[in-house]
Amino acid sequence: MNTEVQTPDAWEPNILAFCCNWCSYAGADLAGVSRFQYPPTVKILRVMCSSRVEPAFILKALKDGADGVLVAGCHIGDCHYIDGNKNAEVRINNTKKALGKLGFDKRLRLEWISASEGLRFSEVIRDFTEEIMKLGQNPVKEVKK
Amino acid sequence: MKGSVAVVGGGIAGIQAALDLADSGFKTYLIESRPSIGGVMSQLDKTFPTNDCAMCILSPKLVETARHPNIELLGYSDVKSITGKAGDFTVKVTKKARYVDETKCTGCGTCTEKCPSKVPDEYNAGMAKRKSIYIPFAQAIPRVATIDSAHCLYLTKGKCGVCKKVCGPKAVDYEQKDKDIELNVGSVVLATGFKPFDPTSLKHYRFDHPDVITSLQFERLMSASGPTQGHVTKQSDGKVPKNIAFIQCVGSRNPRIDRNHCSSVCCMYATKESIIAKEHDPELNITIFHIDIRAYGKNFEEFYNRAQREYGIKYINSRPPEVVVDANNALSLKYEDFNTGDLKSQNFDMVVLSIGLDPADSTRSIAQSSGIALDDFGNIATSIENPVESSVAGIYVCGVAQGPKDIPDTVAQASAAASKAAALLSGERGTLIKEREFPEEKKLSIEPRIGVFVCHCGINIGSVVNVPDVVEYAKTLPGVTHAQEMLYACSSDSQVTIKDAITKNDLNRVVVASCTPRTHEPLFQNTCKEAGLNPYLFELANIREHCSWVHMKDKEKATQKAKGIVSMAVAKSALFQPLYKQKVSLINRAIVLGGGVAGMTSALDIANNGYSVTIIEREKELGGMLREMTELYDGKKPADVLKEIMGKVAENKNIKVINEAKLLKVEGYLGNFKGVVLANGKEMPIDFGAAVVATGARNLEPSGLFNYGKDPGVVTQAQFEKMLGKSLSANVITMIQCVGARNSEREYCGRTCCVDAVKNAIRIKKANSSASVYVLYRDMRAYGVMEKLYGNARDLGVIFIKYEAENPPKVEGKSVLVHDSMLNEDIEIASDLVVLSTPLIAGENEEINQLFKIPLDKNKFFLEAHPKLRPVDFATDGVFLCGSAQAPKLIDEAISQASAAASRACTILSRKFIETEGAVSVVNEAKCIGCGTCVTVCPYNAPSLYDVTVKVEEVTYTTKKSKINAASCKGCGSCAAACPAGAITAQHFSSKEIGEAMDAFQKGVKGISIDKGVVEVMV
Repeated sequence: MNTEVQTPDAWEPNILAFCCNWCSYAGADLAGVSRFQYPPTVKILRVMCSSRVEPAFILKALKDGADGVLVAGCHIGDCHYIDGNKNAEVRINNTKKALGKLGFDKRLRLEWISASEGLRFSEVIRDFTEEIMKLGQNPVKEVKK
Repeated sequence: MKGSVAVVGGGIAGIQAALDLADSGFKTYLIESRPSIGGVMSQLDKTFPTNDCAMCILSPKLVETARHPNIELLGYSDVKSITGKAGDFTVKVTKKARYVDETKCTGCGTCTEKCPSKVPDEYNAGMAKRKSIYIPFAQAIPRVATIDSAHCLYLTKGKCGVCKKVCGPKAVDYEQKDKDIELNVGSVVLATGFKPFDPTSLKHYRFDHPDVITSLQFERLMSASGPTQGHVTKQSDGKVPKNIAFIQCVGSRNPRIDRNHCSSVCCMYATKESIIAKEHDPELNITIFHIDIRAYGKNFEEFYNRAQREYGIKYINSRPPEVVVDANNALSLKYEDFNTGDLKSQNFDMVVLSIGLDPADSTRSIAQSSGIALDDFGNIATSIENPVESSVAGIYVCGVAQGPKDIPDTVAQASAAASKAAALLSGERGTLIKEREFPEEKKLSIEPRIGVFVCHCGINIGSVVNVPDVVEYAKTLPGVTHAQEMLYACSSDSQVTIKDAITKNDLNRVVVASCTPRTHEPLFQNTCKEAGLNPYLFELANIREHCSWVHMKDKEKATQKAKGIVSMAVAKSALFQPLYKQKVSLINRAIVLGGGVAGMTSALDIANNGYSVTIIEREKELGGMLREMTELYDGKKPADVLKEIMGKVAENKNIKVINEAKLLKVEGYLGNFKGVVLANGKEMPIDFGAAVVATGARNLEPSGLFNYGKDPGVVTQAQFEKMLGKSLSANVITMIQCVGARNSEREYCGRTCCVDAVKNAIRIKKANSSASVYVLYRDMRAYGVMEKLYGNARDLGVIFIKYEAENPPKVEGKSVLVHDSMLNEDIEIASDLVVLSTPLIAGENEEINQLFKIPLDKNKFFLEAHPKLRPVDFATDGVFLCGSAQAPKLIDEAISQASAAASRACTILSRKFIETEGAVSVVNEAKCIGCGTCVTVCPYNAPSLYDVTVKVEEVTYTTKKSKINAASCKGCGSCAAACPAGAITAQHFSSKEIGEAMDAFQKGVKGISIDKGVVEVMV
């Protein structure tokens, strides 16, 4: 497998974030309300709980060319659905392990971000963006039919 | 009688009371004197003992209050007087001029941005500035601006007028006047809260020094939304402090300034603030100077222990007389080290004054104008048996207005007050409420016809994102048949525009690109409903919080991103299907497990609300632990109290009692439980819609401790309580506190033991003043107004001796040996009787927790749904909790909780039907393999397996399939993600819908990125 990438100069990472409705989406809202600036490298898909995120979503996103996937939920113990985030933790970590075999594990992140952590949300995005910048563009491109 | 209630005060107490009442079918007015509801809780960073974020748990309640069709919010309004009688009160209210038209203001914040006048910000306890026209905090409700008339340049000097010029919706009105209104209501709930003690008058604490701050200011410093974004810095030089001291009991436990009460919360909030500060900066040294550490609530002692053990917080048992400021303006504290008897001095960079809770000014003014009695402390006077009833029938009280208390006790009392008001007016239930009516849903054409409305939000979005460009882009997206821009999508005229567009263009999906769905989705969903569209055909694209506000410096990329967000929302919405909340009938009857004072109170409240209720009691007779007591701390006889309440239970036609019975089996869900009761050797079915668990607790028998069981001169406090019912011959009585509690085996504090010891010590002294009473204690936890009782005991000559846990007293025959840690001396007391104060321990809760699948904590008490805001709820809907089954508590607290549980149950029993979530998960039976994974992952027991016979050609076999009960499903989608067969669809968040949005995301990627240099890879 050839994963060498020549990253063009004008390139910027594109990250897909799955945020749970109750904590991390609200944390992203607070980042906005507080005007904490972060790079425009992320788009958020709202899910009710981080446990809604299927490994298949992550694989699809990376296969289709997303440079990074963030799954964000409530801190352990704070889950609106009692322990959904614990299910998510197991699921995402397993996905990460599988992605490790392809050298894609660093493109997937699981973060706990509470509704009060607007600053943290912006920091996570900044940090993840920087990491992806180092990794370079997603080397996957659909095989032309 | 009127079917309406006025709730005075919009803090967490008022909010909870209003929500309970409105949910139970009463028109509710919530009157708040400040610009926003939320109270002091809105200013807190975290809450003890879980360190939950305060705003995160409060904010959904604020929105719920604002949105409730039966709650009318009167913000920025003062209550002048309450006249009339139970069932028919007139409440005079002055609605203060905001100088902003609430119906026009959209809360966009442009006026605040442009206002040139800066004043100290109350929300940040004076440590930051706000503008003269302001919204107090980001989550404020109502979200409208208010002009501070004392500082506004236009209103004070006639100059400026900028806010009026920049206001898009023309909401600013300098001519607005205060308005007097009268409300005619059936009942009133007072939830006026408290005023944080102002330490300015205590000159010796040097509050004038910038680095001497109050605990509330410290709270703001730690908050991410505070003046320093959560960085604790010194006010004097902006540097990070290294040594911080907390001084406890500032404005509490101080008779010299007429504060004879303990404020109940300061020990725990100081501990919480210390832990959080240490989490921010592990290098920090924190010392808490205190008298007693009163960690009396559920999990408080554990929290206090963790603060010492894991965070290295230092607790010093000494009250420093003053804060010393030296010539260099540096701070130090002098204190007595009781271990050595030395006077010590230590330097600190910052001193935090743990300020107490004073009664609110409005409590006094309303009480005086309305003839409501106050107690010695300035709180609304109540009694042990009726802890939420004021001296005026029909006026109830809750929260700190009744006495200092923490958030869960406040919330419980709020529900209790709601229960009483609802019971009083139960005949009028449902007469004044309105249900919104919507037109019939129109038939959907097969092809999606999507309308996109892109909001400028004044300049909030429009100044960064090129809105017309986004509109043009939206028009190119598949399925979009209409796109337009709007100045304020949320304003009332925009709702008309959206509705017209839906009709004119026959739209069957609506996307609004504006702000967060967490606050605005219900508004637009209602607009859709008014235009005959199912609310689940709507999607919000958040281009403000997630775009324009966070990419302010890069307009081009922000516009690009906004387009991407819109395209994702459009793609997802094209697949949306109408969803419906199912209406399920319910059984308007409750059961109460346990017939102690909590169970009986709960049953009475439910019955007085008009619903049938069955008490299931294990023993032969009702009464529970109150039967074991001989006097309450206010001098009343428990037998009299019991007689009265048992009489009421016997008389009430709605109550059925089954003695010597137990619940054997339960199945079903909220509104529709089916159980089996075993009584008299017979099993009988019992159906109910809600259940209250009030199974109480029992006293610990301290076998083997302090010669208990061997020496008849050693008894428990519970046994002593009975002995005090008769005449007592002992002349020297020594009580030992914390026997079997606050140790490694049982870490929790017994909560009631200190108050019981003080009460019984006073009884001895009153009966025989020559008797000697010694109380050997670790911390005297006479919290709240009980502090006065503790003072009375000392005045009567009861001797309190502090011992350390490492050096406990010894009982040798008649003599008790103790090391007095304050005097640093060994003392021997020749005692006639040794009384051991033991804690309450959990009863046989394991049976019930299995029945209802409700959790227990590590001490086997029941675990409530949320330690702060849902103290009497379980995570399982329809099951509630009260009394000592939850944790040890005093009788008045158990009674408050019992009424609260009744109120919560009545919010269900009063419904005509149960409405399920619309966006629930559904199983495709053909795909289901019956593996049961969904059953394992669901925390609500919504999926269940059933047997099904399948016929494939010639073969017939039985297998299992899953079905999801829509009434129990909360729509988290965990089961859909876990299902190995892909048989479960999480509606509204289905794999297809999410997949479409992801495809749109990728198209955005391709639009921006450059193709060259990408290597083809096979995966």
